[in-house]
Amino acid sequence: MSNQTHSISRTSQAARVAGVLGALVLMVLIAAPWWAGRADMRLMGELFLYLALASLWNLMAGYAGLVSVGQQAYVGFGGYMLFALTIFGGLHPLYAIAGAGVLGALIAIPVATLIFRLRGAYFAIGTWVIAEVFRLSFAQISALGGGSGSSLPVGIVRSLASSRSGRESLAYWMALGAAVTAITVVYLLLRSRRGLALTAIRDNELAAGSLGIDIWRTKFVVYVVASGLTAMLGALIFLQKLRISPDAAFSVNDWTAFVIFIVVIGGIGTIEGPIIGTLIFFALRETLADLGTTYLIVLGIVAIVVMLKAPKGVWGFIVERYDMQLFPLRYRVKLNDQAKR
Amino acid sequence: MDWVNAIVQGTLLGGLYALFAAGLSLIFGVMRLVNIAHGDLIVLGAYLGLTVVMATGLHPLLALVFVVPTMAAIGYVLQRGILNKTLGDDILPPLLVTFGLSVILQNLFLEGYTADPQKMNAGVLETASVSVGGLSLGVLPLLTFAIAVAVIAGLQFIFYRTPLGRSFRAVSDNQEIAQLMGLNKRHIFGLAMALALAVTAIAGILLGIRTSFDPTAGGARLIYGFEAVIIGGLGNLWGTLIGGVILGVAQTVGAKIDPGWQLLAGHIAFLVVLAIRPNGLFPRVSG
Repeated sequence: MSNQTHSISRTSQAARVAGVLGALVLMVLIAAPWWAGRADMRLMGELFLYLALASLWNLMAGYAGLVSVGQQAYVGFGGYMLFALTIFGGLHPLYAIAGAGVLGALIAIPVATLIFRLRGAYFAIGTWVIAEVFRLSFAQISALGGGSGSSLPVGIVRSLASSRSGRESLAYWMALGAAVTAITVVYLLLRSRRGLALTAIRDNELAAGSLGIDIWRTKFVVYVVASGLTAMLGALIFLQKLRISPDAAFSVNDWTAFVIFIVVIGGIGTIEGPIIGTLIFFALRETLADLGTTYLIVLGIVAIVVMLKAPKGVWGFIVERYDMQLFPLRYRVKLNDQAKR
Repeated sequence: MDWVNAIVQGTLLGGLYALFAAGLSLIFGVMRLVNIAHGDLIVLGAYLGLTVVMATGLHPLLALVFVVPTMAAIGYVLQRGILNKTLGDDILPPLLVTFGLSVILQNLFLEGYTADPQKMNAGVLETASVSVGGLSLGVLPLLTFAIAVAVIAGLQFIFYRTPLGRSFRAVSDNQEIAQLMGLNKRHIFGLAMALALAVTAIAGILLGIRTSFDPTAGGARLIYGFEAVIIGGLGNLWGTLIGGVILGVAQTVGAKIDPGWQLLAGHIAFLVVLAIRPNGLFPRVSG
């Protein structure tokens, strides 16, 4: 008997196929300005931004156990920073987006030290309080339009690209880039040493702690990184909207409720879940949006049913059925031929 | 005198916030459930009250006779039908299910009552006032505060002096052993939610008399109630009343400094307490 009866690998056939297909799809998507219409590009841009938001929320809730209902705080903060940095700081919008991300991460540090004192579900409502504080504070700043908001000056918009189609292509590519960046950051973070700690915390916080993982620190890093990136997304979102007001910037429905539904329906605690969830969400929205409020009621019911009947979402169902993962994170033990005999 | 007035008005406002919080505190105490839809259930109480008032022409306070039992029944069915299935070690299912419930409720309100702000008319009660030592106190705020004290005293009595309260404390301490002693925890949880929503109904009606409300009013009520619970300390009902009062005073004093600061001042008071005393001022159980 040899000891070499098994081997350990991380990747799989499905992951390799998915990698190749993913690269092809990405190339087709990058070329969208040459084959897609104006309305389709807008829709896809919005889809990518939601995909990015959902991936980041999933990183927090699905892996670090940080269930936030207040990420609109950072979407709004990022949006307002874009306006402040371009209008008063005179920065080029692209630098302002990066600046919004840095400032978002910086402000997340004191926020995290404060609300990490609240545990579990109370943490969730605490994040909402923070979002309210942000909303009310920005409504007090009259230079940014106070409660009624303000618009991005034409000159700043023109500085992105001179032609309208140029600006639209740029906005589309930035949204696509944001989604790819968010998923890549989540993927690399989860493959790293810290990711192993996160997965351990996801599965059992008590056991992870007793193995020497610094839970507070790990969660803190996740919160700050996710919040900084969310602020960048906020800047991107409001660069496309061109107009900002406290109620739109800090909307709990737009930036948190939809994101939570996407992740829950797609499958929480997996990288694939938010991708599938976003596709389902937009498919539902495009077909049911005419129903107005009924559509949101249906969405809420679907989310509750999924949470009660299939808490791992659509992707969890697929994994259980076919034992597949497209983003290779887990190690698998494979028995060699000799052992099978 | 203006400042004294602001503090007294804030204290009375705190009674309403304590009523928002009492149901939240009760549910958390018995089954460690944090209900994100709590604020929307308060608003549901207000809309039910409005419906009764419009249908029968009764005084809003008399509508309580219908709304309290209705809300209690909704609470029992909601708990046994949906929420019991979410309870367990994982905090995600109850959070996300009640979040979904919140979105559903808000859109049902929109469908049923439109987005227009509504208000219940309580006649002379709204404007009546008594003057005490140079201060003019509204009868409605005084009544609200008295009801809040009575509700909290009543809950305290139920909790520590009745067989029902003993069951609540038993399932709260240890669900498995309580089951072994012959308690049906699903039923007890249902009763706890029924009691919580009965209190919520009172809070909703008083809210609907005091100010106008619309389908999205729930979020802010949840936050006020939550802040009162945390300021007062988890699991302490009298602490929740004090928490509500601190929140109310912070808001009226903030509004006195600058009207735009009213809500912000309340949130800041909460964050200050969280920074200095993370377990609240009078904690009884650890979260």
